[in-house]
Amino acid sequence: MLDCAPPLATDDVLSPLILITAALNGLMTGSIYALVALGLTLIYGVLHIINFAHGALLSAALFAAFLVWQKLGIDPYLAAVFLAPTFFALGYALQRFIVGPASRGDDRNMLLVTLGLGVLIENALLYEFHADTRTVELAYGFKTIDFGFTFLAVSRVISFAAVFAVTLVLWAFMRLTDTGKAIRAVAVEKLGAELAGIDVAHVYAIAFGIGTACIAVAACLLIPNYYVNPSAGNAFVLIAFTVVVLGGMGSVLGALIGGLLIGVVESLGGFFFGESLGQIGIFLIFIVVLLVRPRGLFGASA
Amino acid sequence: MKTFVPIAVVVAALALVPAFVDSNVVLNFLIVTLMVALAGQGWNILGGYGGQYSFGHAAFFGTGAYMTAILQVRCGVNAWIGFACGVAAGAIAGAIIGGLAFRAGLRSSYFALVTLAFAEVLRILASVTPVTGAGVGILINLDLRAVSFQFQSRAMFYFAILALVAISLAVTQLIERSRFGAWLIAVRENEDAAQALGVDAFRVKLGAMIVSAAITAAAGCFYAQYFLFIDAGIGYGTWISIEALLTPIIGGVGAAFGPLLGALMVKSLGETAKLITGDAPGLDLMIYGAVLVLVIRFAPRGLVGALADMREYLARRFLSPRKRALAAHG
Repeated sequence: MLDCAPPLATDDVLSPLILITAALNGLMTGSIYALVALGLTLIYGVLHIINFAHGALLSAALFAAFLVWQKLGIDPYLAAVFLAPTFFALGYALQRFIVGPASRGDDRNMLLVTLGLGVLIENALLYEFHADTRTVELAYGFKTIDFGFTFLAVSRVISFAAVFAVTLVLWAFMRLTDTGKAIRAVAVEKLGAELAGIDVAHVYAIAFGIGTACIAVAACLLIPNYYVNPSAGNAFVLIAFTVVVLGGMGSVLGALIGGLLIGVVESLGGFFFGESLGQIGIFLIFIVVLLVRPRGLFGASA
Repeated sequence: MKTFVPIAVVVAALALVPAFVDSNVVLNFLIVTLMVALAGQGWNILGGYGGQYSFGHAAFFGTGAYMTAILQVRCGVNAWIGFACGVAAGAIAGAIIGGLAFRAGLRSSYFALVTLAFAEVLRILASVTPVTGAGVGILINLDLRAVSFQFQSRAMFYFAILALVAISLAVTQLIERSRFGAWLIAVRENEDAAQALGVDAFRVKLGAMIVSAAITAAAGCFYAQYFLFIDAGIGYGTWISIEALLTPIIGGVGAAFGPLLGALMVKSLGETAKLITGDAPGLDLMIYGAVLVLVIRFAPRGLVGALADMREYLARRFLSPRKRALAAHG
C-alpha cells in the first residue's frame, strides 16, 4: 500500500537483494501500522473495547497535518509536536464527555458509540472536503539514503526511528509515572483501583487521549509519502485491528512486533501475489489468530 | 393468532400506501427503506435478541445478492429459484462464520471484529474473482415479467419487499414467543448463567446466526432483483453492515418492530437533510452517526422503548390510580 518504489540495486528480478529491500520497506510501513495499533491497543488494554472511531480519527489527523502544512506552511514533523497534544485533548474530551456518559459502562454500547463517532467524523470530513485525494509535497519527499546495497526513502527511515522513540517514551510513561501506574491499575482491576482512590473516568479518558495522540503522530509521520482523503484512515485501521489481535490486545510490545511483522508480510505478499491478494493474506492471519489464539502472541488471556 | 394482529395491522396500513401515492420517487424511497429494514430485521435476531453484535452483516447481504445474480446470469436459473438459493447461501455463510466464531468462544469486541474481517475478505475476493464479475460487477438482464421476479410497476416491487418484511416480522414474533427465543434472550442477558442452567449457548447462538443471516441475505437478493446490478463495494460494502445494525438499534434493539421504525426514521432524516442541502456527500451518514450516539445516550431502548416510556409517563400524569395500575400491567 505504501510502496514508493525504491530504486533497485540490480536488474535481476529475483535477486535476494530485492527481497531484502522489499522486507525493509515492509518494516518501514510496519512501523506506522505499529504506531496506529499502539493507540488502539492502549485503549483496548484499559477500556476493554475496540475503538471503531480509530480510523476516522486517523483520517482527521491526516487532514489536520495537511491543513497545517497547506495554510501555515509548517512541516508535518514539526506539526507533530503540537498536533499530538491537540489530539490528546480531543481524545480525552471524546471519552470523557461522549463515549463514557453515552455508554454507561456497557461494552456493547461502547462499541456502538465509537462506531457512530467514526461514521460521524468520516462523513463530516467527506462533507467538508469531498472525496478528493490530496498530497503534501515536501523538498525531501523523494530523497533517499544509500545503504550500500539498497536505497530507502529518508522520510520512511525517519518515521521508523520515530516510532521506536514514541514506543520507548510510552513504555517509560506507563512504568515510571503515577498516571501510568494508575492506567495499569485500572486495566487490571477497575473496582480495586476505584477503591484505592483512582478516578476511573479520568484514567479512561487519559488512555483514550494517549491512543488518539498516537494517531496524530502516525498521521504526521505518514503524510510525507501518503495521501489524504476522508477514508484514508480506514485502510490502516483494519490492519491495526489485525496487529492488535496478533500482538495480543492491550500489549505494547505485541503491537510493535505485530505491526512490523504485518508490514513485512504485506510487502512480501504483495511482491509475490500482487497487491489485493496481499491484503487478503492480512485478513486471513487476522481470522486465524482470532479463531485459534484470540489472546495473540503476547496477550493475557481474553 | 393474537400475536400477529399488530403485524397484520402495520403491514395492511403500509400496503395501502400505493393506493394514495403513485410518485416513483416516494415509492423508491419506501422500497429502499423496507429493504434496509429487512436487513436490520435479520441483524436484530442475532444482535437484538441474542446480544451478539455483528459488524459484518454485509457478508450475508452480499452472498445472497451474488448468489441469485450469478445463478441467473451464468447458469440461466429462474429468478425465484435463484432467490431461494441466495437465501440458502446466506444461511450457509451464517452457519460457517457463526460456527467458527462461536466455537472459538468469541464475544463482544472479538465477535464484532471477526464478522467485520469475514465481510472484508469476501469483499476483496468478490472484487478479484471472475465469477463475481471482479471489479466490474454483474448486470442481471432486463426481463420485466413476474416469472423473472421483475415488475413493470414500482408498486409491485413495493408489495414484494413488504411481503418479505411481513414474513421476517412473523418469524421474529414466533422466535420471541418460542422456547428458543427464551434461551436466546437468556444467553444475551448472561451467557454463563444460561449455560449453567442447561442452555446449549453454542447451538442457540448458531441457530440465531443462521436465521439472522438468511433474512439479511433475502434483503441482498431483493437488492439484486430491484437494481439488476451488484458489485463488491455494494454487496459486501461497509454501508450495509452499518445500516443493518443502525436500524434496529435506533428503532429498538430486541423489539420486533424496531428495525422497521428505525429504518423509517433514519431514511427520512437522511432524505430530508438531502432535500435541504441539495445532496451533499456524506451528510446523510453524518446524521446516522450522530443519531446513533444520541439514541444510545438518551434512548438506549430505541424509539420503541422511548414510546413505551412516554406512554407510561402520560399514564402516570393523567390517569386515576386504578387505571394507572391497569395500564402498568397491560
